[in-house]
Amino acid sequence: MFLCVLRVPAVKKTNQRTDMTETTASRTETWIDVCDVSDLEPDAGVCALVAGRQIAIFHLPKLGKVFAIGNYDPFSHANVLSRGLTGDIGGEPVVASPVYKQHFSLETGRCLEDETVSVPVYRVRIEGGRVQIQLPAGEKRP
Amino acid sequence: MQRKKLVVIGNGMVGHHFIEQLVQTEAAKQFEIITFSEEPRLAYDRVHLTSYFETRDPAKLALTTEDFYREHGVTVHLGDKAVAIDRAHKIVRSEKGTEVPYDVLVLATGSYPFVPPIPGHDREGCFVYRTIEDLEAITRTAAESRIGAVVGGGLLGLEAAKALQDLGLETHVVEFAPRLMAVQLDEEGGAMLRRKIEALGVAVHTGKNTQNIVTGKFQRLKMEFADGDELETDMIVFSAGIRPRDELARQAGLEVGPRGGIVVDDHCRTSDPDIFAIGECALWNGQIFGLVAPGYQMARVVVDLLNGKEAAFTGADLSTKLKLMGVDVGTIGDSHGRTPGAHSYVYKNEHDEVYKRLIVSADNRKLLGAVLVGDAAAYDTLLQYYQNGIDLPQPPDALILPSNEGAPAGLGPDALPESATICSCHNVTKGQIVACIDRGVVALADIKSETKASTGCGGCAALLKSIVDAELEKRGLEVKKDICEHFPYSRQELYHIIRVEQIRTFDELLENHGRGLGCDICKPAVASILASYWNDYVLSDKYFKLQDTNDFRLANLQKDGTYSVVPRVPGGEITPEKLIALGEVARKYNLYTKITGGQRIDLFGARLEQLPHIWKDLIDAGFESGHAYAKAVRTVKSCVGSTWCRYGVQDSVGMAIFLEHRYKGIRAPHKIKMAVSGCTRECAEAQCKDIGVIATEKGWNLYVCGNGGMKPRHADLFATDLDDETLVKYIDRFMAFYIRTADRLQRTSTWLENLEGGLDYLKEVIIDDKLGICAELERQIQHLVETYECEWKKTLENEAILKKRFRFFVNAEGGDDNVVFVEERGQIRPATPEEKHRLKGIPVELEEAS
Repeated sequence: MFLCVLRVPAVKKTNQRTDMTETTASRTETWIDVCDVSDLEPDAGVCALVAGRQIAIFHLPKLGKVFAIGNYDPFSHANVLSRGLTGDIGGEPVVASPVYKQHFSLETGRCLEDETVSVPVYRVRIEGGRVQIQLPAGEKRP
Repeated sequence: MQRKKLVVIGNGMVGHHFIEQLVQTEAAKQFEIITFSEEPRLAYDRVHLTSYFETRDPAKLALTTEDFYREHGVTVHLGDKAVAIDRAHKIVRSEKGTEVPYDVLVLATGSYPFVPPIPGHDREGCFVYRTIEDLEAITRTAAESRIGAVVGGGLLGLEAAKALQDLGLETHVVEFAPRLMAVQLDEEGGAMLRRKIEALGVAVHTGKNTQNIVTGKFQRLKMEFADGDELETDMIVFSAGIRPRDELARQAGLEVGPRGGIVVDDHCRTSDPDIFAIGECALWNGQIFGLVAPGYQMARVVVDLLNGKEAAFTGADLSTKLKLMGVDVGTIGDSHGRTPGAHSYVYKNEHDEVYKRLIVSADNRKLLGAVLVGDAAAYDTLLQYYQNGIDLPQPPDALILPSNEGAPAGLGPDALPESATICSCHNVTKGQIVACIDRGVVALADIKSETKASTGCGGCAALLKSIVDAELEKRGLEVKKDICEHFPYSRQELYHIIRVEQIRTFDELLENHGRGLGCDICKPAVASILASYWNDYVLSDKYFKLQDTNDFRLANLQKDGTYSVVPRVPGGEITPEKLIALGEVARKYNLYTKITGGQRIDLFGARLEQLPHIWKDLIDAGFESGHAYAKAVRTVKSCVGSTWCRYGVQDSVGMAIFLEHRYKGIRAPHKIKMAVSGCTRECAEAQCKDIGVIATEKGWNLYVCGNGGMKPRHADLFATDLDDETLVKYIDRFMAFYIRTADRLQRTSTWLENLEGGLDYLKEVIIDDKLGICAELERQIQHLVETYECEWKKTLENEAILKKRFRFFVNAEGGDDNVVFVEERGQIRPATPEEKHRLKGIPVELEEAS
């Protein structure tokens, strides 16, 4: 097991983020099984369908981390972020939207070009070679 | 309010400049502008007339368009010469009988070439050198001539001599004075110029007074000189100076000078206060100015006066710098040292054939004049000392002595005062350029278009660039060439590193020469370099993660997240069977179908997971990838050519198909478009392509670095009448050189504009093999040609890639439910957010609904 990203979705406008640590609630939450680690693309993204939502999952082996953010690009209004190029800007891991090229932080979901815009970030972990995602509490869409 | 009528007679450079300036001012509203031109076309650049021989395209010399005049409400009477001015009734009459009343009249009638009254001067084979029509006539006669002579060894005469030599004639220059360029150069300078020009294979005859032109014994004509010598020649071009066109003014009773020229005052007013005269027809202070810059100054003076502003013409500096037959020549101010008390510093180097002379004031402090032959590098600096009265360094000869150890002998741009005139054609000062940069305009091309600096004769281009560079550097704006934060190198340097170290992967490059993870700038750039060097499969494990979305899925991402698919249709030629097959694929997958500008068919609305199925059908029908998704060679457009067309002279379709198959898929810094036209009518629009080929009777003319799109650029004529083999050789070299040296996402047009040495340098590299790299460039293209494979065919053979990269969800079947189509004009199109909401209940703002 080699990672954990500990953020819940940041929503446009409020910019309110609740930083959750392992101690808060995580043990009581359900982790949803998504796919095998070998299904991920090193240094690139895949799109997973988790409880009806599209989640972009990125595997950056150099950082030893997996990240998960919403697949929906708020600028182009299309589900494309999993198809963006990954990299870093000033050390911050990012994905660039393949449509209009804005950069989104993989850690915070924040758009680097426009502070008022961000995309949801999801907790993701590897358990026994499986990729698992946790949806924020109280938000379980069928 | 009734607008006043302003008539401009003459639509040469100065007449046009006047109108161009006037229509941008307030006064334009008061006037209805009418202009007459005896030539059949609008104003063109006579200064660069000789370049017509390279392009044979009058449009390249044009200074304006009919649209410009129409937009500004200017009435133009083209090909209709004004023949009379009725001052009593204030009416201008033309040859065709047009009568136009005027309130204000501007004479910009220019000059005519002086032809000495030698018996026989009007024989067949005798020409002048003034208009495009003259040049066309000279070209026609040159085709049936072996020898050509130019009468006149001045600026224009030497230009004409170059033209004759370029037309393949044995060329002679005949000059009455004892030396070349007698007006501008001193004796030593003239002698040095002569040596250099003779070395180029032109025979120079000075001190020759032509007495008679008779029928020749061996050639068409024979010139007989006063000293008894003779010269047999097939044609003669007179270029012995100009005379003002003052016949209209004379006939109207305006005051003219004893040796011609319409007398004007400091306001460029003639003896009739309602009539102005500007340019070469005007006689100011007993002087006629045969250069364009003073003419432009006069035009601006009149524009200012019409706007109620105070303005005066106070004479003009006749300093010039030019390249005569490849020889640099510069003269400044009092080049003969006639100022009382003046003394000179002279540097002469017979080995390199360089001559430089400074004429300085008696107190040794100010520059009065200069002569430069063979090396005019000091011209810009000297001109600034001269024009701005800057104190000379002591001793002044440091300015012309060869600098040792690279010590800068010149006056840096920082030393120039803000008031220093940089561009005298458009009267742009250093202060204006600096102000332009202060407004945030930093690109050289933008500064040029904003200030107009360096858009006249172009003589100040180097100085302008050095000022811009110095100013940018001062502001810490020096353009960093680093491709991004992960590599401290330009694309060209990265290319070099990859080539020298034989690097095959991005990770290897990053580890050894970069930092961080890379990004969406450097990854695709490196992928492109690796592809154009190694040409490995772009979706292989080591490369796929570097590819931009389009390359990653081998299709073009559209705004709604679906893709478009463009199969290759080489040269735009397609069989009915294939056309039907395309239609069937489009119908089967319900794709929106559109014909592209590159003569292909684009199929839109393909979902990621559909791409392999669509391509399987296309490949089964005989298609291959069209690389519309790649920064690579796209299409080679063609007209139907000699096979069908009544006018075609070569098989343009065959050549286009050949070229497209040769270069298809080759990755480059940006996309590359080509076209082949079967004749000079140019129906394939090859001159707006990166590589354009136009058929001639003898072969192919090659054009390079054109561009349509956002910043259109006409391609430059690169080489003429090439056979098939040479054409392909030059294109190979051109492409490889572009791939190696261009910046990331730099189209060939901007690449050329930023290439030091420009088109001439490019020709030296590609035609003359100046760098000795042509064999290597050809090998590189040959490697790319031989290793080509259809990326889609290869991908369809790879189950693992298909399964992994062409499914929408990693953990589920199906596709994106946010992709919704509606119908319009019988085809699909992406639904708008409102339509999606109405049809599918998809919230208008997805992320707020979660």
